[in-house]
Amino acid sequence: MSKELIRLVNCQMAFDDEIVLDDINLYFNDKEFLTLLGPSGCGKTTTLRIIGGFIKPTSGDVLFDGVRINDVPPHKRKVNTVFQKYALFPHLDVYENVAFGLRLAKLPEEEIDERVTEMLEIVSLKGFENRKVSQLSGGQQQRVAIARALVNRPKVLLLDEPLGALDLRLRKDMQNELKRIQQAMGITFIYVTHDQEEALSMSDTVVVMDKGRIQQIGTPEDIYNEPKNAFVADFIGESNILDGVMLEDRLVKFFGRKFKCVDAGFEKNEPVDVVIRPEDIDIVPPDDGHLCGTVTSVTFKGVHYDTIVDFKGFKWLIQTTDYNKVGSYIGIRLEPEDIHIMHKSEYSGMFGDYSSYSAEYDEMDDPEVYLEGSSEEAEESAEGGEDEE
Amino acid sequence: MKSRTLAAPYLVWMALFTIVPLAIVAYFAFTDSQTGEFTLKNISNLGNYMPILIKSIWLALISSVICLIIGYPVAYYIAGCKETTQRFLYMLVMLPMCISFLLRTLAWVALTEDTGIINNLITALGMEPLPLIRNNGAVVLGMVYNYLPYMIMPLYSVIMKIDKRLIEAAEDLGCNGANVFKRVILPLSVPGVISGFTMVFVPAVSTFYISQKLGSSGTTLIGDVIESQFKTAYNPNLGAALSLILMVMIFICIGVMNRFSDDEEVITV
Repeated sequence: MSKELIRLVNCQMAFDDEIVLDDINLYFNDKEFLTLLGPSGCGKTTTLRIIGGFIKPTSGDVLFDGVRINDVPPHKRKVNTVFQKYALFPHLDVYENVAFGLRLAKLPEEEIDERVTEMLEIVSLKGFENRKVSQLSGGQQQRVAIARALVNRPKVLLLDEPLGALDLRLRKDMQNELKRIQQAMGITFIYVTHDQEEALSMSDTVVVMDKGRIQQIGTPEDIYNEPKNAFVADFIGESNILDGVMLEDRLVKFFGRKFKCVDAGFEKNEPVDVVIRPEDIDIVPPDDGHLCGTVTSVTFKGVHYDTIVDFKGFKWLIQTTDYNKVGSYIGIRLEPEDIHIMHKSEYSGMFGDYSSYSAEYDEMDDPEVYLEGSSEEAEESAEGGEDEE
Repeated sequence: MKSRTLAAPYLVWMALFTIVPLAIVAYFAFTDSQTGEFTLKNISNLGNYMPILIKSIWLALISSVICLIIGYPVAYYIAGCKETTQRFLYMLVMLPMCISFLLRTLAWVALTEDTGIINNLITALGMEPLPLIRNNGAVVLGMVYNYLPYMIMPLYSVIMKIDKRLIEAAEDLGCNGANVFKRVILPLSVPGVISGFTMVFVPAVSTFYISQKLGSSGTTLIGDVIESQFKTAYNPNLGAALSLILMVMIFICIGVMNRFSDDEEVITV
């Protein structure tokens, strides 16, 4: 796409012997929207803070335009940050918050005024110049934080879960807004979030992290369609993950049945993880099905139903717009492109089983559906769960 | 309703021991000591004590400023320490307050008198003894020593509460260390400065013991005058009037100081 701007080389970070980043190698392209995605404690914020200069990696190098910047303090980096919970200066009004960096750069008063005004317009906060930041709503504060960082025309903007404190509706609006600003200004955005949907919808590149390591780097489509291991498959969207054996190229066996698939390049008879996305599964009458099972729970989610189906004691999540009531016996069909094969990893067997999901649902979510299903079935599903172990 | 019931004991206490005494002070201030009739004589007597009042305010101001200059770096340093160190240092600051105020002041007398520990040491080294006591400087020193913890405490708690992310944000936007202090930490600690200043100034301006023990006849403060009206001159009416005037002066001073802070963050004693 475009030239490389920042590179992390073998970066390791340890706090009191606890390794939070393990050998990170990553590069960031100019004008790219890159998201660091992972659960809390995965090291994504630490990575961001290393780039911002707030902490130094225990070992490894940080390169900016090819120059090592490990020892360059934050105020000398061409990088600005939008902090989690914004960190606006409470003693200054909106205008002075935005002008903060420009005043430090000792720009002439007219230029400061021009740039601050322009920036407030971009973030739709014209007329709020003299408000105190404590008088602003969450969304407005967030936009001040963005304006305060962008007004300095950094080469890179770091965003640390900037939308975390906002409600869902506002978050969607701000996602579009951020993407628009990034494209309009042509700045590299490095965005940290634990929200997979946010990452998929905004980014050019997604970096999935866990336990201080990079699990996968790719476009949102790659990450979703071709997850590298069970962690990625489970963290990005919902996944049914099954044990299988790769018989030969494009032929996999699971549940005692052979299925055609589109993956190749595995060893003969290699044990693999099979990923089936819940929305890819077609429900058919039992006679036409590759597999048949009993519906154990149904949850209405608006666009679709989360349907849990018990196949020989292993519970699958199927997302479908058709309602199948609890207890009904259904079949499913799997097309070759619905099946994704992954190598076994340290995460194998940890994700992708919806047995616990079902139990949780029965107890907590909707007592009515629980009453509808016979008590016999509830017992059955409990037994099924035990068999799994 | 519940909170009102819980607050009731203190409200009664306040009425009995704050409002009633104040009313009595006001009553005495406006009545004649002999006849008991209404008079403004006591208040108009202020003119005679004006120089003393101004001197009291002046010395208290100097002490407060010195406390601020000494206290701010200490509070800033403590707030930046590790948590365990913070607790230890804070305890050291508080420790003198566990010892009687009178005792501490008497200790200064023992240290600084003409034949005190310091001067004995100096003469033993063959030098002339220094005038360390019975002057304005000694009184200011006594005030600073006694009231310094009251400056450090509010400053420390305000500085400690400053969000560390604000400091990072300032660095991120181009502040070096000095600029972070000037543009973020100092403005955000103004409430602590005001509150510390008030907590030192108010007791300092009305003190009498420090000036009696460390000062000379020339350093009589308004607190001494008020005390003498009750204890030696037997003119409680004049004492009450002077107390009232002092109280009003203190209120005015606090009001002026609070003007400096952002109008929303008024912190008084």
